[in-house]
Amino acid sequence: MTEKFSARKYLRYIKLPFCQGCGGLTVMNCFLRAVHELSHKDLSTFVFCSGIGCASWIPSPYFKADSIHTTHGRSIPVATGVKLVQPNLNVVVFGGDGDLAGIGLSHLIHAARRNLNITAIMVNNMIYGMTGGQVAPTTPLGAETTTTPYGNSEYPLDATRLVVAAGASYAARWTTAHHTRLKEGMKKALKTKGFAFIEAVSQCPTAFGRRVGLKTAADMLRWFKENSVSIEEAEKMAEDKLMRKIVVGEFIHREFPTFTDTVYEVMREARNSA
Amino acid sequence: MFHFYEAELIAAHRYKHRLYLKPTTKIPTPKKEAPMTQAAPQSTHFWQGNEGCAEGAIAAGCRFFAGYPITPATEIAEHLAKRLPQVGGIAIQMEDEIASLGAVIGASWAGAKAMTATSGPGFSLMQENIGYAFMTETPCVIVNIQRAGPSTGQATKCGQGDVMQTRWGTHGDHAMIALSPNSVQEMYNLTIRAFNLAERYRTPVVLLADEIIAHMREEITTPQLKEIEIVDRKKPKRTEKTFFGSQDIPPMPAVGEGYNIPVTGSTHNETGHRYTADPIVHRKLVERLVGKIERNADQLIEYEGYNIDECEAGIISYGCTSRAIYETVELAKKEHIKTGFIRLKTIWPFPDRVIQRMAQNTKALFVAEMNLKQLFYEVKRAVEGTVSVFPINKIGGGEMITPGELLSEIVRRTRNLD
Amino acid sequence: MPRRVEIRITGLGGQGVVLAGEILGRAAVYDGKHAVQTQSYGAEARGSAARSEVIISDEKIGFPKVLKCDILVAMSQSALDKHLKDLKAKGTLLTDEDSVKTIPKTNARVFRVPATRIAETELKSRIYANVVMLGAVITITNLVTKEATEKAIMNSVPEETRKSNLEGFRKGMMQEFIYPI
Repeated sequence: MTEKFSARKYLRYIKLPFCQGCGGLTVMNCFLRAVHELSHKDLSTFVFCSGIGCASWIPSPYFKADSIHTTHGRSIPVATGVKLVQPNLNVVVFGGDGDLAGIGLSHLIHAARRNLNITAIMVNNMIYGMTGGQVAPTTPLGAETTTTPYGNSEYPLDATRLVVAAGASYAARWTTAHHTRLKEGMKKALKTKGFAFIEAVSQCPTAFGRRVGLKTAADMLRWFKENSVSIEEAEKMAEDKLMRKIVVGEFIHREFPTFTDTVYEVMREARNSA
Repeated sequence: MFHFYEAELIAAHRYKHRLYLKPTTKIPTPKKEAPMTQAAPQSTHFWQGNEGCAEGAIAAGCRFFAGYPITPATEIAEHLAKRLPQVGGIAIQMEDEIASLGAVIGASWAGAKAMTATSGPGFSLMQENIGYAFMTETPCVIVNIQRAGPSTGQATKCGQGDVMQTRWGTHGDHAMIALSPNSVQEMYNLTIRAFNLAERYRTPVVLLADEIIAHMREEITTPQLKEIEIVDRKKPKRTEKTFFGSQDIPPMPAVGEGYNIPVTGSTHNETGHRYTADPIVHRKLVERLVGKIERNADQLIEYEGYNIDECEAGIISYGCTSRAIYETVELAKKEHIKTGFIRLKTIWPFPDRVIQRMAQNTKALFVAEMNLKQLFYEVKRAVEGTVSVFPINKIGGGEMITPGELLSEIVRRTRNLD
Repeated sequence: MPRRVEIRITGLGGQGVVLAGEILGRAAVYDGKHAVQTQSYGAEARGSAARSEVIISDEKIGFPKVLKCDILVAMSQSALDKHLKDLKAKGTLLTDEDSVKTIPKTNARVFRVPATRIAETELKSRIYANVVMLGAVITITNLVTKEATEKAIMNSVPEETRKSNLEGFRKGMMQEFIYPI
């Protein structure tokens, strides 16, 4: 890692689509730094799959790499096809909370269950940002959005714990206020053999923050910092104290045979017996 | 993430207790006739239509299948699950039909010939990704074994109600290629053709079969593999940079080959970069995508014809229903009615010209199909009022329109016209 | 043998009527004839009405369904009651002796075959009743050759049941006590 980090060498364009203060930029930066620190000179061994939503724009078409920008929520199925046919490529999925934990949730669960060896990065901004701020499955209880003008009546989904339960090899949650740990988590995720999931809690001052009294990115980052609780601390806290807290840290890290291992093993056996 | 029950983690011991079976070391030997190998000579089998389709896919070079169980298409998935790994391919069962076509699209961009198979309800779920495959010019084959809908309808019974869904199912402007087999032999042959057309035109192709043809067993002759015409997608030269449209049918690289391809379902220019407001880019792209199919209609359209230019009554039919027309022609001879037919092997693009040709010299056209008039209106549109067009329809219970029923309708109508 | 013969094999799901039709059609193809086999079944895997239809012909077959059959095989009472009307005049009817108690008046040639009983007593499983019946069908009608049928059985059933299926088929062919009423 002698070369100095420059995001430019990984980017197709310099002009990016994000609103001012968007956490997506932090996530992009963390990811590219992780790639750089893992000594990838370029992204030629990567394929990026993403769906619809602001976070899906992080890799596509901005990364100088092969990228497949799929229909809404279907990035993981497409990544499944790519990874099975070309198991040597690093397949990375980027998506928002609406894309991966809303419309595409079943694919997320099943990819974790299969231990499909891809990395999925979910940028959780707690809102449907691209369409202008509608309630998401991750929106906090009570939060005001354009489709919950009286406050959200639903509980938010804990996607990270869900993929742990489903069988992921690696799962971690950090916020954009923890960018070093977020980057380190991404490095671990990329090195993990198996399904790796990163939830990056991220600020959207445009569509979420300003409706809940957090007008700027700085306000939101302060809020993330003040309300983040590590897994170890959370273990000692009572349930009611954990309400409205963000539990951050590494939820699981384990290794066992991956989906492509099994599929190719079956193929070898079948070819020998045919 | 703001509402946790407690901080207890699902610890690593979960893994120790999770059910993980070692990959099976003994692959069951195929129950049916010995698998076809490269060296297999021409041979005759007694196969089910779905087996013919699966073996046709393998012969065409399909090496990736993703599907979801649904009657009456399941045998294709079962057969390929057994056969594909033997030839170095992959067959997986996805969580739903949306994911199935998604995985097929991913596999196609990774360089594999890929297919999925379903029936009406699953086909409906696939429509968004069919449009995506069309827009991104992703070659793939979608087999739809039609059953009686709408909804769950009569799930084990035959129907032909997806003709228009195939043509217009996805949103936005598009053109489709759909082939309709009427025998087990054609389940094999047209599956190969579906792959060849998908690869040649870089577009999704639908094999629009039906429950009767799919579940029927019949003799089928498989040629030697070297005698089968196989088309592979055009690969780009090293220096090429436009994979989305400087030519009518652009070359297609695979991911991982170093081309840095940006694939998107948004409107894009010839290099793949998106233009979501420019009217010219959208017009140019969508008109080319539709045009590459419409302009090549003559190469795409195949049909079986009999007495096209000299019949009193012309029957137009396809799929299982068309199996009745051969006997109807013989029965009509005895009634002194000269009957001809066009049996469509290609449904989309629609063969306007041959229908118009038949319309010139006939008293009436009869459109026989197992639905409540779908291709009927397409025939009416094509003939532009030059000749009477009568529908012959039957639905329910998977009951076919019999040669006798076809005959009596033809007799009734043609005699009334005199 | 006539130019074209239409057979309908009927019974309940799980009795193997579809497989019996498949074997018959495959044997005909091995004999160099044209054959089509179609089937009808309910949504349930077991116990609902099931039927398998086979057309064997010297010429290419158009319409694949059997409207009026030359040979009807009934493996259950309900199947017989439902399908007897579709048997051609002077057709051939084979029933499973134990499953079909009442045979309505008919001008067909009727054969009562103890297929289920033979399968149970000699092969220790009623699942082989279909091949026993198939043996009887072939003895009576000479539709296909014994050799082709045996080859078809070998290629149609799982490896582990090949021996029993062949044995059942041969038992069916050897039945001397197949008697017309």
